Amino acid sequence: MEDTAVIVAFYVLTIVTLGSALMVATVRDLVHAVLFLVLSFVGVAGLYITLSADFVAVVQVLIYVGAISVLMLFAILLTPRASRDNASVPYAAPIGVLAGLLGAVIIFVALKTDWATAPGGNKFETTAAEIGKALLDPFVIPFEVASVLLVIAMLGAILLVRPGEGGEPG
Amino acid sequence: MPLLFWYDFDPLHSLYNWLRDNTSSEVVYVVAALVAATGILSFVGLGALVNVWLERRIIGRMQVRKGPNRVGPFGLLQPVADAIKLIQKEVLQPRDSDRALFNLPPILVFIPAMLTFSVFAWAPDLVYADLNVGVLFLLAISSITSLAIFVAGWSSNNKYALLGAMRVIAMAISYEIPLVLALLAPVIFAGTMSLAGIVDFQREYDVWLAFLLPTSLFIYAIAATAELNRTPADIAEAESEIVAGFHTEYSGMKFGLFYAVELINSLAVSGIVASLFFGGYSLYGLDDYIPPWIIFIGKIYFFYFGLIWLRGTWPRLRIDQLMAFAWKMLIPMALINIAVAATEVLLWRQLEWDNWVLGVFVAINLVTMVLLIGFFFRMITRDFYRLPRRVRLVHDVSVPSLPATRPAAGS
Repeated sequence: MEDTAVIVAFYVLTIVTLGSALMVATVRDLVHAVLFLVLSFVGVAGLYITLSADFVAVVQVLIYVGAISVLMLFAILLTPRASRDNASVPYAAPIGVLAGLLGAVIIFVALKTDWATAPGGNKFETTAAEIGKALLDPFVIPFEVASVLLVIAMLGAILLVRPGEGGEPG
Repeated sequence: MPLLFWYDFDPLHSLYNWLRDNTSSEVVYVVAALVAATGILSFVGLGALVNVWLERRIIGRMQVRKGPNRVGPFGLLQPVADAIKLIQKEVLQPRDSDRALFNLPPILVFIPAMLTFSVFAWAPDLVYADLNVGVLFLLAISSITSLAIFVAGWSSNNKYALLGAMRVIAMAISYEIPLVLALLAPVIFAGTMSLAGIVDFQREYDVWLAFLLPTSLFIYAIAATAELNRTPADIAEAESEIVAGFHTEYSGMKFGLFYAVELINSLAVSGIVASLFFGGYSLYGLDDYIPPWIIFIGKIYFFYFGLIWLRGTWPRLRIDQLMAFAWKMLIPMALINIAVAATEVLLWRQLEWDNWVLGVFVAINLVTMVLLIGFFFRMITRDFYRLPRRVRLVHDVSVPSLPATRPAAGS
């Protein structure tokens, strides 16, 4: 029964994720598009849960649903109403073809890959602690590089909104 | 030998044993989930009704007036009468509102409010979902609330509603950071993110994290009050400025749901404070004689009374004051607090010091908190009166000079 439940959950979540992703691309209003994107993020978080990656799932909700979508909404509301139309994208056809090709490649690779289950199966009881240890032991350099990148981005943002000489935005 | 009464949920335990012996594990799982969900729903539903009454009566008493006292004894049935009135009211929908999105937020805000209660430890082994990422889960779902409020404000197609929504989002972004950083310190100390695990830590070492990490409690209490949109920080629905903020256009039970969610979220925040900082269901051995879940609910209502007290007595902060407070005071304080807490845990765990050192940490952290608060209050009170000279994003609008920038009378 547990297996069927997981399979049903997987298909429902996949339909939610892909369906709302499709709506993001097709819906006219950009605010609706962002809200569908949020739904898509939630679906991805659900997929992480079916893979028993609870930490990644919760972080997905916290960062993508809680923070990134809010930033997008801010960006949309600060743009003029006329440029909020999602339909008038001139490169829709070539981008669609490109996305289709990318999807085909991913499906091809996914079908060709040998998805052997890792020995030992689901061996992490608490993924959060394991991720913490992994970040601070074998992956400490990528972790630090990522934090340096974030600091640089933050400094750049502060520099952009700093007032210039004449009191105007620099 | 602890005493056993009907309210110890002993029948539930026998039911569980019987189900486990006689049926399959799936049935046990489903029945346990349904029973626990019913329990949480009834607590939350009753809580919302009781809280309306409590809040209005207590604030009435604080403001030297009577509060509701007509319907039923002591006005106890007033919330019921209010609910019936709200259900009967006409459901208005603004003509130019976003049809589909307008009806979504009252439902959407309810989900995180309910989910919060699922990770609380009501008693030993009485946890609905003992997630090992519990604290992070609480933070993640609370961010959904602000998104729902934004949708409410945006779909109303009303300037005041949108202003309220933008204020909520700005405030949520600002206060989420000190909130997360403040909750990191208890997690570092307990070594787990599960709420039951943190309560167990406090029981094992007989020390409440409120004493061990007073700075965390201070920051969390302030940031959570701000996230709740209650009076010291209710700039999102400031009646004197923007009508009713994001729920200006909502009438009838839709407004009622927003109102109920606000009260439920206050309970949830009180529950988080109680379980993370004040030992949850434990009370220094007294939990052997009083049912732990009654202790926990008692603690929840104790802190909820604190929130009502704040609401009844404090004036509303201005939006720039509120933002400056988060960015200039709470975030640096939280960072220093984490550094101190992490150093202490490192010394205690890695060098395998004795547990009495926790008492020393309590003293050190109390002194640190006093110093930090004193220092940052001096900094921030100096900065508050040097208001931003240039108004950003709205610099076409001429803003009248604020009292603080005007020359003092007589000079």
